[in-house]
Parts: sequence; C-alpha cells; structure tokens
Amino acid sequence: MKSVFPMAAAAAAPIPKRTADRTGKRTGRSRRRILLPLLAALFLAAPAAAQEEAAALVTGVDTLFVLISAFLVFLMQAGFGMLEAGFIRAKNTSNILTKNFLDYCLASLGFFIFGYAIMFSEGNPFFGTSGFLLIGAESAADVPLWAFWLFQAAFCGAAATIVAGGMAERMKFTAYLAYSFIISAFIYPIVGHWTWGGGWLAQLDFFDFAGSTVVHLTGGATALVGAWILGPRLGRFTSDGKANAIPGHSVPLASLGVFILWFGWFGFNAGSNLAVGDGNAISLIAVNTNLAAAAGAVTTTLISWVVFGKPDLFFTMNGALAGLVSITAPCAVVSPSASIWIGATGGFVVVLAVKFLDQVKVDDPCGAFPVHGACGIWGTLCVGLWGRENLGLAREGLFYGGGFEQLGIQALGSFSTAIFVVVSMGLVFLTIKSLFGLRVSRQEEIRGLDENEHGMESYTGFQILSS
Amino acid sequence: MKLITALLQPEVLPRVQDELFAAQVSKFSITAGVGHGTQKGYEAQFRGIQTQVDVLKRVRLDVAVNEDFVERTVSAILRGAQTGNAGDGKILITDLHDCVRIRTGDRGSQAIG
Repeated sequence: MKSVFPMAAAAAAPIPKRTADRTGKRTGRSRRRILLPLLAALFLAAPAAAQEEAAALVTGVDTLFVLISAFLVFLMQAGFGMLEAGFIRAKNTSNILTKNFLDYCLASLGFFIFGYAIMFSEGNPFFGTSGFLLIGAESAADVPLWAFWLFQAAFCGAAATIVAGGMAERMKFTAYLAYSFIISAFIYPIVGHWTWGGGWLAQLDFFDFAGSTVVHLTGGATALVGAWILGPRLGRFTSDGKANAIPGHSVPLASLGVFILWFGWFGFNAGSNLAVGDGNAISLIAVNTNLAAAAGAVTTTLISWVVFGKPDLFFTMNGALAGLVSITAPCAVVSPSASIWIGATGGFVVVLAVKFLDQVKVDDPCGAFPVHGACGIWGTLCVGLWGRENLGLAREGLFYGGGFEQLGIQALGSFSTAIFVVVSMGLVFLTIKSLFGLRVSRQEEIRGLDENEHGMESYTGFQILSS
Repeated sequence: MKLITALLQPEVLPRVQDELFAAQVSKFSITAGVGHGTQKGYEAQFRGIQTQVDVLKRVRLDVAVNEDFVERTVSAILRGAQTGNAGDGKILITDLHDCVRIRTGDRGSQAIG
C-alpha cells in the first residue's frame, strides 16, 4: 500500500513528463476498450477475417516464444564463459573469455553466410546447397525466418564454445579463431542437416529433440579429438603416469556459470518445441529439464562423497550439466520420472568419463568431453530406452515394450555423428597445426596465455600465489 | 642461526617444495610479490594503449635454519629452482639474531628445529 502514495503524489505534481506518460497510458487502455468489442464484432460478422487474425496472433505468440528462447540460449554463452573461466587458472582467464566472445561472433557470421544454408536447405541427405547469406532461404518452422535463424545461430555458438573448455590453457588464439569459424560454418551445419534439416538420419526416424547429439556431442567429440592432438597441459600427468589436479581458480565464477547454463537450458530445450501450442509440451519439457539437472547434480555429489570422501562441488556442477545434456534429446518424449532416471544415470556417465580421460591421459580442463560428448551419446540413447509413442516418438522405447529398434536407430545416429565429427575435426586440427601451429610455446604456457597472447592480466592489482 | 630467503619464479614453487621436503626441511613460509631483475618486464596493452609492466610475479620463500642445515637447504632450493634462464632468482642468507617459538616460549636454536 505504501507505494501507492508516492505514485499518487507524482501524478498530482505538475511535471509535464509525468502527465504525458499518464495520458499515453490512458490512450492505450481506451484503445483496448474499443478494440475488444470490435474484435468480437469481427468474429460474428466475418469469421474468415477473424480466423486470419487469430492465426496471426498464434504466429506472433510462437515467434515471441522462440525469440525469448533464443535470448536464453544466447545467455548460455555467458554461462560457458564463467564456467570455463572458473575451471582454469587465473593466468589464462582473459584468453578463455576472449575465445568465448569471438567464437560466438564467428558462429553468428559463419552461420549466416554458410551454416544456415547447409543445415536447413534442401540438397542431398548429407548437406543443403542453397540459401547462402540467407538469400532465398526459408524458415524450417512456423515462425519467421529471422526468429528461427537467431535461435539456430545461438545453438551453433553453443556447439562451438564447448570446445574452448576442452582445449583451454594451451591452445593458440589464432588456431582457435580458425577452428571456431570452420566448425560453425561447415561441420556443425552438416551434422545438423542430417538430423534437423531432413537429412539421412531424419529419414530413419532418428530422434534428437534439442540436440544431445547435434549440439553437445558435436562440441564434445571435437573437444576430445582437439585435446588429444594438443596434448595435456604441462604438469597434468607425472612421468610415471599419475594424474595431477590443476584446480580451477574461481569456484564462484564456475558456479555462476552453471546456474546461468541451467537457466538458459530452459530456452534451449523448451524453445526447441518452436511453438507454444496449448502449453502442455513446453511445460513438460521445462519440468523434465529441471528434474534431470537436479538428479544429475545429486548423483555426482553422492558419488564424489562416497568414492572420493568429500562432496566435490566441481563434480556437482559437472553433474548438473550431465543431467542437462542427457535430457536434451529425450526431453519432449519422456515422463518426468523417466527424466530423473536419465539425469541420474547421466551423473554416473560423466564421472566414469572423467576417470576414463585420466586413464588415457587426455587433458580436458573443463570436462567438455565427459559432459557434452559422453552424456550427449547417453542422452541420445535414452530416447530409445525411455521414449513414449504417445508423446510423439515414432515407436515405444525399450522399457515400454518397443524393443530395440528405436535404440538401434539412436545408437546409429549418435555414433555416426561422433565418427564424422572426430574424423573431420581431427583433419581440421591437424591442418591448422601444420599451417600455423595449434599450441603455444612451453614458456608462454608457463607464463600464462593472458600475458603472451593478449598482453594483459585478468586480475591487475591482485596478489595471486600461483604460476 | 641463518635466515635463508629465496626469491623465485612462481612456477618452480612445487618443485622447490618437493626438494625441501626430501631434504627434511619442512618449516618455511611463502609470500607472493613482484620484482624486477635481469629478465626485465614485458609490454602490455589496455584498449590499444601500450604500457610497460616492469615488475613480474615472484614468490619469496623464507626458511630459518640452524648452521648444520644451511647447505642442504640451499642445495635443495637450487635443485628445485635452477633452469639456467635469466630470472631464476636469488638466495639471500643472513645471520639470525634470535628466534622464539610462540607456543612454548623456547628461544634460539631449539626454537628453530
């Protein structure tokens, strides 16, 4: 009640600007008062025109929904930036954040010039061939091209930026720029065409609702092959093969990053419905997304507690992301209780994958492959395990009596995508390596990439006791 | 009694620590700081403006030892920190007048060990 009084006082005061505001509002309200009866009259008098208006309104609401989702997915870029900055050492923070900024920018440009055409135009089962620079391009959803493009471009940026974390603290900046343009202009769109652009996997009923395979496995598999070609950071593995911890420098930044990613994921998954409908589908997707993330985080916390002795926040964060990546493919075609199973099992997958990388001595500082690659495959397979026909899947999943058919298709789609990405991006990285080098010098790595690649410090004026 | 102060590159710190532990020197303190030496600074920039960073990150290691531990402490630091490059740092050795262990109030050589 208190706030009413200052408002009334302000309205009574003779300030011209306020009066203008009030008048403006009144006009708006009175216009609506006229419009409503007018709309009602239209419904009675001219049903065809009214139907047209209603259809335009539906498109408008859907467009708003897709745009807001696109903005949320864009925010995930900040989530990745904070997560990666927190997981690495202070001396490389400016470097990783510059990479995060520029991979999104290059993805936006690359996906405008080449990507959208390759991904969504008709052509052959493997890539599209028309609509470059969006000239003559068409929207693949019931929303305007611009809204659909922005949503898809934000997805493309997510696939590109995942890799920064896997190759962090040692990859040359120029090499990263070259890589991020190539993946967003060509590799990601080709993979996307197979599944979402009417390509050969789409024709096989392969189901990946929001991109466990298309986005996350593409990023995760690229990070794996990249980290393997780059080699581990200095001091990550001892000469007798023991894995050393290189702790991240900011737990608060990493936590903020995961929370932002979780928030953005509501747009990533629910937005992939590309329409509001009666609200049922997008609500189910949002709930599934949330439950899987929670189950993944709880699972990895418990695993770290039981196996390693203490609840490890870095594992909790990886677990939330594992749940999110795992539910991304099946989020629209599974029940909420199934999504808890999917998130929890995703938590096991991420821990096993982290330990596996330590065994084979591949250094992935932020867990890009365990989170996005391994859980990307797992989430895609979950469609064939827990998927339901009545929610829109072509056939029931294994646990509901549908047999192994959908599971087989999911496995084929996921593994063929992984193989394509590993081979093509492996060739890209080897080419970059031979042209201008992939890794900074030993001295630059010791001093930090901030100083040598950018001539700047991330924490000027702070005392940091580490190399 | 001597006070051994080593000014080191931050990245050699884990190796120096390992060497000290191996030499059974387990009481020391470490401080972060900046300094200037033969290897000079580097050129930095902030929104296109060049600036010279003259002082680089250092760590300072302080160890108080009795006479019979001086040589093994110095050689442990050398083993851990010597790379042969400019900027490896310095070891300063000074006489220590007295030492007090706060917990017991012990003085002198007994307090150090």
